[in-house]
Amino acid sequence: MPNLKDLKNRIASVQSTRKITSAMKMVAASKLRRAQEQAEASGPYAERMGRMLSSLAANVQDSGNGPKLMTGTGADKVHLLVVISSDRGLCGAFNGSIVREAKRQITRLQGEGKTVKVLTVGRKGRDQLRREFASLIVESYEDVGRRRLGFSDADMVATKVLAMFDAGEFDVCSVVFNKFKSAISQIVTVQQLIPFAVPGEAVAATDEVKPLYEFEPDEEQILAELLPRNLSIQIYRALLESAASEQGARMTAMDNATRNAGDMINKLTITYNRTRQAYITKELIEIISGAEAL
Amino acid sequence: MADKVEFELVSPEKLLKSLPVDMVVVPGTEGDFGVLAGHSPLISTLRPGVIDVYEGDRIVDRVFVAGGFAEVTEARCTVLAEEAVALADLDRAAVDKQIKDLSEDLDDSKSDAERAAAEAKLAVARAKLDALTQSSAH
Repeated sequence: MPNLKDLKNRIASVQSTRKITSAMKMVAASKLRRAQEQAEASGPYAERMGRMLSSLAANVQDSGNGPKLMTGTGADKVHLLVVISSDRGLCGAFNGSIVREAKRQITRLQGEGKTVKVLTVGRKGRDQLRREFASLIVESYEDVGRRRLGFSDADMVATKVLAMFDAGEFDVCSVVFNKFKSAISQIVTVQQLIPFAVPGEAVAATDEVKPLYEFEPDEEQILAELLPRNLSIQIYRALLESAASEQGARMTAMDNATRNAGDMINKLTITYNRTRQAYITKELIEIISGAEAL
Repeated sequence: MADKVEFELVSPEKLLKSLPVDMVVVPGTEGDFGVLAGHSPLISTLRPGVIDVYEGDRIVDRVFVAGGFAEVTEARCTVLAEEAVALADLDRAAVDKQIKDLSEDLDDSKSDAERAAAEAKLAVARAKLDALTQSSAH
């Protein structure tokens, strides 16, 4: 028969766990709201940047000598994967699914005989990838946007990627991140950054009449400035999506944990009460049979 | 001049301003240009400088931008800025200090990349100072 004292301790400990998880859930919920607002706020810039890019690209593609960031190096040998994960755990399958996808990509690319390099953002992803692919990791960032994710954080990553690209260290760059769909569902997304695929066709179809722009200075120069900026923006968006997803995943995970703790407390309480009654009954029987024996 | 042009100032972090105005003067790389309603479509890069927002003949708003892009269509003027500060919020002493610090950074810089980065920052800070000097002269 379980010891009453042990049961009591157990209940107390599960109760305090429940308190912690429910507090974490609240914190995640409020952080999620902030992260979502931030993600929404970055929408207009990205959208206008996209519009400008597609009208520029239309012009440059005609002339046939676009910058490397758009047309690529012509080779397809070395791939750089930017893997965005979180710094902290306790957020369900968030990091697991990112790492799984990253591993899948790495194995696929290596299977095709390509060289893979990995750049990680976030401690969890780095730790998990390091076990298998330590030699592939060229750079990792931690504590990105710990307080509040700023554009400068994304810029830092983008600068590194650009420096590597200019040095000819890779040909194709993709980013792996969790795209935020809702608090319960995040979609692991692989997005190609370099060479940058311009969503030209889709935009052109919706624009009724495309205005003929003048350019100052010329298209190539603007594009040469716009593309690195666009890279930062894409990374910034990915970081924001990932931050929102992380909080969403954590909120869901903590919600489940709180509910499980509640169930566990109920079960333990029932066991506790039954055991207590059994003790009382046992003692009564002892007293009665003792009295009868007299 | 009844027509107005829709002026939008956007930073990566948020939409800063979106309002109809009579005219904006934007610091393009190849010279400042004013945008009125019906301007021909134009895309330009920006140098660090001040955007003036006109309402009638008066300047109602002055914003410092550290560079970026401007997209002009007949009805709209969109400025994508990396850093944007209202001129009134710039503090002369702080800018002076920034210039001093950056000059030191420039002297300390070892690699070419460091040097270029420091120079770019210094150019922005100098432009801030210019903007302040000009506005106080007005």
